[in-house]
Amino acid sequence: MPEQKKVLLRISNVSKSFPGTKALDNVSLDVYEGEIHAICGENGAGKSTLMKILSGVYPGGSYEGEFFLQGTKCQFAGVKDSEQFGIRIIYQELTLVPQMTVAENILLGAEPNKYGIINQNQLYSQAEQLLKEYDLNVPCSAKVSSLGIGQQQMVEIAKALSGRARLLILDEPTSALTIDETETLLRIIRELKGRGVTCIYISHKLEEVFEIADRISVLRDGKLIGTAETSQLDHNKVVSMMVGREMESQYPPRQRQVGDVILSVKNWTVVKDGGASRPVVQDVSFDLRRGEVLGIAGLMGSGRTELVQSIFGEYGKRVSGELILNGEPVTINSSQDAIKHGLALLAEDRKQLSLILKHPILTNVTISSLRELLRGGVIDQNRELSAVHDYRDRLAIKAPSVHTVVNELSGGNQQKVAIAKWLMTDPQVLIMDEPTRGIDVGTKYEVYKLMNDLTSRGVSIIMVSSELPEVLGMSDRILVMREGTMAGIVDNDNVSMEEIMLLATGAA
Amino acid sequence: MKGLLAVDMRSYTIVLALVVLWIALSLLSDGAFFTPRNLSNLFRQGSVVAFIAVGMVLVIAAGQIDLSAGSLAGLAGAIAALMQVRWLPALAASTGWTALASGWPAAILSIAAAVACGVALGAVQGVWVAYGKVPAFIVTLGGSLVFRGWLLGITRGVNIAPMDPKFQLLGQAYLSTGLGTTLGMIAVAAVIAYRIYSRINRQRYGLTVRPVWLEALATVGVCAMIIFFVTQMNSYRGIPVPVILLLALAGLFTFITTRTQFGRHVYAIGGNIEAARLSGINIRQSIFKIFMVVGAMAGVSGAVLSARLNVATANAGSQFELNAIAACVIGGTSLAGGEGSIPMALIGALIMASVDNGMSLLNVESFWQQIIKGLILATAVLIDVNSRKGRD
Repeated sequence: MPEQKKVLLRISNVSKSFPGTKALDNVSLDVYEGEIHAICGENGAGKSTLMKILSGVYPGGSYEGEFFLQGTKCQFAGVKDSEQFGIRIIYQELTLVPQMTVAENILLGAEPNKYGIINQNQLYSQAEQLLKEYDLNVPCSAKVSSLGIGQQQMVEIAKALSGRARLLILDEPTSALTIDETETLLRIIRELKGRGVTCIYISHKLEEVFEIADRISVLRDGKLIGTAETSQLDHNKVVSMMVGREMESQYPPRQRQVGDVILSVKNWTVVKDGGASRPVVQDVSFDLRRGEVLGIAGLMGSGRTELVQSIFGEYGKRVSGELILNGEPVTINSSQDAIKHGLALLAEDRKQLSLILKHPILTNVTISSLRELLRGGVIDQNRELSAVHDYRDRLAIKAPSVHTVVNELSGGNQQKVAIAKWLMTDPQVLIMDEPTRGIDVGTKYEVYKLMNDLTSRGVSIIMVSSELPEVLGMSDRILVMREGTMAGIVDNDNVSMEEIMLLATGAA
Repeated sequence: MKGLLAVDMRSYTIVLALVVLWIALSLLSDGAFFTPRNLSNLFRQGSVVAFIAVGMVLVIAAGQIDLSAGSLAGLAGAIAALMQVRWLPALAASTGWTALASGWPAAILSIAAAVACGVALGAVQGVWVAYGKVPAFIVTLGGSLVFRGWLLGITRGVNIAPMDPKFQLLGQAYLSTGLGTTLGMIAVAAVIAYRIYSRINRQRYGLTVRPVWLEALATVGVCAMIIFFVTQMNSYRGIPVPVILLLALAGLFTFITTRTQFGRHVYAIGGNIEAARLSGINIRQSIFKIFMVVGAMAGVSGAVLSARLNVATANAGSQFELNAIAACVIGGTSLAGGEGSIPMALIGALIMASVDNGMSLLNVESFWQQIIKGLILATAVLIDVNSRKGRD
């Protein structure tokens, strides 16, 4: 019985307010020693706030309530304190130094040294030992930049464990991983559990959560909705706890109203900038029809992103092939050309590639369509304000005001701002690269509904996604990429995930 | 609301720092600092650096840097001087167009030559940075050496003087007190009208507005500054021409940075260059334009300097770029890019100029002046960075 288990972390009546919102409302929660405890909730539910309190990002005194680690009350002044206490967080965004080796990263800040001079041999042997101890398969002397994201994640875990972690918190660890890498990660976490490491696992992906967690807690609007053993829950129950209502379906129904061909891509071949190496995209041809959603599936590194970015004029140096838009051949050499021709690209990484985080919602939304707001060469601020207000209402962007800095928004709302930017350019072809990565179930559903709404108005959508259920749930046709080439293009009726995977992996 | 107040708080802090500095300098100098004559001098001296600071705000907001502006100002000032002292008289002698050699035509052609020199050399540096992909730090560091060397070459190290009396007006003339008062009243009326207009507008869109008392206080504060400025200047000889030119250009570029496509692009590029690129901004073209702007401002600065001093020298404008960068930074412009305000940079420039002027009044030795200015710069950033911490 769970009551018999030893409590490692006790959170007791923790609340935290920000101006205008209560991010956490009287949350109490126990995490047992040696368990994997999943915390689910939509973006803005308070998961990140709770983790920031546990890790000392929000220091003691800035919140109400208290928490105890093995019975000792924790009052952290900063992240260093929490690390000394044995609480280690692995964030969604990796925090490794790409130019340094695996071993240097693992022991960063804790290098074995004498009078400040690092003992290189000891550094490597110590790191090696650690990797072996937890059975992490990463070469010690490799540069981190040469590793895939999955392996980088393992380095991140090793780094956390090097500090004798008592509690390991993983915040959306698989959001950038392929299926294989995710499997490996889950296996590692299970092994860590076997060695007595306690884990808090935060994820949107319920499949993973059910596969791995001993218990699941759900947060909504800053409140703890409930905690239960995984065996007593099912998928639908957790989703309804998260959103506060029963979800009929993850994907809204859509009417197929596919029209004529609007965009043809012919024999598209792209080489990396400055590299004479193997083409990253080779001889890809497809048609896109009016009002259609074309899904692009494939493994990481299969050339999906390179394909869409090169169509948008922002990838690669030598592009051979032809683009035919509305029956006319067009040349697109830059994002300016692309936008002029009615193309829009919602980039895969919203923080790096979509948004200017330190600027307000207002300027982020209008940056690509300022031309439309000019009156005598000057930005008409009234029209700008009212346009942005319209998009805020239409996309239900939750923010105190359109002058709120984007950095202060939740991931889902940030993505909506990025989408609003592109809707404002009034595109005929909207390319969405991983449109729902790292956003919560409720917002995902809103994005899907918006996509259907757009296609019903005749906008065509190309959607790149690593999540096969999403590809199958939303697309009319599916283009599968494999190692830069087109492995196939299939109509989305009665296609199974397995068939797509077979195409993507080349096992077919 | 929080963001709004935070920005305001920073502006208030900087203005407050200026007021405290002035009071301190007045007390230390037994009132000699705070006389209309000295303030008038202070503004005139400070304006040459402030022209460059205006352009530098754009450069830094775009995440770039310009280390050549001072040398470029010196070179442009020498071109303006040579124009009227040598080239136009030579042209007049060979063609018989004597009208060009003096008076207004000479003055205007000299100024145009200085600005054109600034724009052209700014453009060259812009091409290197934007299209050649060489970091701005390197391009402008090289540029500063090239321009300084060139300046030495064309002047041969000899002072170029005297300037045409009409040209001197650019640096030495004053507006009549009547005109000054009229402009001051227009400015006050404009500030009040704009504050009310934007408040109503914000309310109409349901945006949070500042409490009435704060709004009133801020408005009164700004108007008081304008009135103070005009009365002080008028009780000496009137508003100096270079200062009014500076305010006009600062106003123009404030408008450009906040209300035009180009301005938005500048901040977007500095804020996140990759996002800006994918948002359809022509990065190269924008950066190219920015360097032309800062070049033009260096040209103006050089012309005003030659006019004010009535001479062009080989070391004119040295370290102007560093003072301009300091002015921007004191005014809250982050070297990380993506933000920066021209009015605040002007206050920053005023702080730097006041320190210069005040210490000279107090007969502080020049080595101390440098040490103190360095410390002020570093301290200003220290305070700014740490007061921002809470936000990110």
